[in-house]
Amino acid sequence: MHMSDDLNAFREEARQWIGENFPESLKGKGIGMEESGEDLGADLDRWRERLAARGWGAPTWPVEYGGGGLSQSQARAINQELVAAGAFNHIPMITGMGITMVGPTLLDYGTDDQKARHLPGIASGEIRWCLGLSEPNAGSDLASLSTKAVDAGDHFVLNGQKIWTSGANISQWCGAVVRTDPNKPKRDGISFVMLPMDQEGVETRPIRLIAGASPFCETFFNDAIAEKRDLLGPLNEGWTVVKRLLQHERQSQTGSGMASSGAKPTPIQELAKGYVGTDADGALADADLRTRITRHLMDAKAHGLTIARITAEAKGNVEVSAAASILKNSATIVAQTKAELTLELMGAQGLGWEGEAFTDQELGTVREWLGGKAMSIYGGSFEVQNNIISKNILGLPETTQKG
Amino acid sequence: MAALTEEQSMLKDQASAWATEQAPVQKFREMRDSGAAEGFTPATWESMVDMGWTGILIPEAYGGSDLGYLTFGVVLEQLGRQLTASPLFASALVGASAVILGGSDGQKQQLLPKVVDGSEILTLAVDDGPRHAPAAIAMKAERTGDGFSLSGTKHFVVEGMTATTLIVAARTGGASGSMDGLSLFLVPGDAPGLSRARLATVDSRGYANVTFDGVSVGADALLGEADQGGVLLDAVLDRARAGLGAEMLGTAAQAFDMTLEYLKTREQFGRVIGSFQALGHRAAGLFTQMELARSCAEAALQAIDADTDDVAQMCSLSKARVGDFLHEMSNQLIQIHGGIGMTDEFDAGFYLKRARVLEALYGNQAFHRDRYARLLGF
Ligand SMILES: Cc1cc2nc3c(=O)[nH]c(=O)nc-3n(C[C@H](O)[C@H](O)[C@H](O)COP(=O)(O)OP(=O)(O)OC[C@H]3O[C@@H](n4cnc5c(N)ncnc54)[C@H](O)[C@@H]3O)c2cc1C
Repeated sequence: MHMSDDLNAFREEARQWIGENFPESLKGKGIGMEESGEDLGADLDRWRERLAARGWGAPTWPVEYGGGGLSQSQARAINQELVAAGAFNHIPMITGMGITMVGPTLLDYGTDDQKARHLPGIASGEIRWCLGLSEPNAGSDLASLSTKAVDAGDHFVLNGQKIWTSGANISQWCGAVVRTDPNKPKRDGISFVMLPMDQEGVETRPIRLIAGASPFCETFFNDAIAEKRDLLGPLNEGWTVVKRLLQHERQSQTGSGMASSGAKPTPIQELAKGYVGTDADGALADADLRTRITRHLMDAKAHGLTIARITAEAKGNVEVSAAASILKNSATIVAQTKAELTLELMGAQGLGWEGEAFTDQELGTVREWLGGKAMSIYGGSFEVQNNIISKNILGLPETTQKG
Repeated sequence: MAALTEEQSMLKDQASAWATEQAPVQKFREMRDSGAAEGFTPATWESMVDMGWTGILIPEAYGGSDLGYLTFGVVLEQLGRQLTASPLFASALVGASAVILGGSDGQKQQLLPKVVDGSEILTLAVDDGPRHAPAAIAMKAERTGDGFSLSGTKHFVVEGMTATTLIVAARTGGASGSMDGLSLFLVPGDAPGLSRARLATVDSRGYANVTFDGVSVGADALLGEADQGGVLLDAVLDRARAGLGAEMLGTAAQAFDMTLEYLKTREQFGRVIGSFQALGHRAAGLFTQMELARSCAEAALQAIDADTDDVAQMCSLSKARVGDFLHEMSNQLIQIHGGIGMTDEFDAGFYLKRARVLEALYGNQAFHRDRYARLLGF
């Protein structure tokens, strides 16, 4: 009773604050991951400052580190009020991996000094982080990584190559997993270090993806330097840290995150009616497509209900739950199917690459469709999530060879 | 499970313990082998009545406990796990819903206390043909001086052999193809002109085709208003569908548990079969589907309890989504058990057979996808 009264009062307060502070010019807008970090309009920056001053860039983080010191339910309430107002919290997006992954892992494993030096810059949306985990020969099997870090007194010297480093060319800091003891079994000789990107020993090369130019990079460490005080967790125990980091990553990809855009998309069935037309009964003229859109809408609804149910069952505390693998796969199916269906319903208009013959929405659909294929690859692929479900949730024997 | 109240948790535990100890699949097997025409074991049914489950939906004024649909669903899920057969669903959920939603004070007085004490078994008689299509009802109820005369045949009536009062949907106006012009009637099972033909079905339960040969009823047999029965029928059917969603979830969850157990114990090629990734991934996929299905089943029941304006959508979502999962799960139950799954001696067949009946009842997945799309305006 009391709790929900308090929550309602908080919600009311949030609504009012958003109404007074969210710049009218940004209403219904959103920013894409690509453009973010560069060329932010003055209003966007003002909104960022206001969110940050309130601690709402990272509402659940402690106040002393620039967060809002709020509960999960309060954070959800803010999110809902943002959505209702056509507003958004873009700080998670412009900090790369900062809010969703690095920050929560720092809160779990960081020293007081590390938290004090790194968290406020993330919470305020000023410092963007990338993650150097994957390597050309260490993808799903991350523990086989070979980038080396050698002890040089007060710092480590890094040599090796990372790949698929999202936003490496626009980030200020990087969290990287490196091998600090090549003589130990592969999971035991790994450490997690943090290093600034703006140094001589770090070079990034953007990779062109199927959706076009991208901020995904190859990252080369040639005698790059990471300070010892930026070793996260104990030496050679980086595997524990990265496992937690990946849990936070899965959690952030379950479809239950913060509102990152104020744009309200047209429901797919309405879009379909526009392109495909309806019969005399008002049913979509393409019966096969209609069935598949209905299946998709049901999947999407079931996914949303499952997030709500799991949240309710956990009484609001779903930081890192076992269900994340289920939700990540389900979110992936929903998003990828939606993209495929949208492309299909547009017919030839859904096959454009660029140019005047296509609307922005049509071109956006195509790029989103292509970009979305990554969802089932990163953050632990679809297959890897199924390994996790079968082993950790269902208790079936390990299906992947040990190493 | 949804965040259950203490009362719901207790009832869940009670239902689970009772079903596994007192009314497990083995009991159902014995009933089937005996060829009982009722399609259930009378003693099992009496125990349910004694435990008060028949009163879960019924207002206290009529002797019930008024605990709502989610609570009923909690019980049905546990019964679905053991395939416990009884008229609980047809009478205390579907029939009781119709009377609660559409009945006059007098009708409620007359029927509801008897639903609670088990002396009345209600059922809904809806479809004229083999496929669920309430709008297609053509069976007529002709007005006769002070009442109505019903003629036609209702197909696949649940508990059709034992029902003491049938709630019959018939046309008093409008044309087949429209929900307008339908009326619901309370027809005593012993009314002259009413005859039942038992159906021996794949799931061995008590269905009948019920024929009405000029059955005459008084004006007081009308449930709700004449010609306006379509709205009431829809509401009753939605409650039935949400109940089936819960039962189907239980049946499928049990099939999942049996399969998972087998994956962990059956050995081939020197290792348990669950260590083969093809099967591990299949199990992971089924588990994911089960979690999504559970959310739909519970949300539909909660929507009814909260009387939200998307009840129809949520009930179609539940019936279709849980139906899809049950369909796949019941097939995988057989497949993953290999040859043993094909034997009558093993229980898998009971689940598969029951699954298809549950899927078809009150609209299969295709019916509900079509309805969902229509409700969303496309
Ligand atoms: C858009 C994008 C952004 C990314 N951002 C980052 C980033 O910022 N930082 C970073 O470090 N990395 C990033 N990644 C890398 C990502 O984490 C890896 O691509 C991922 O771990 C898969 O590794 P891989 O590409 O080498 O594929 P592989 O591991 O070689 O997988 C190839 C195929 O084999 C399957 N497979 C592999 N192992 C198994 C198994 N045990 N059982 C069953 N199937 C298996 C996979 O599912 C996949 O289908 C990003 C990737 C993409 C596409």
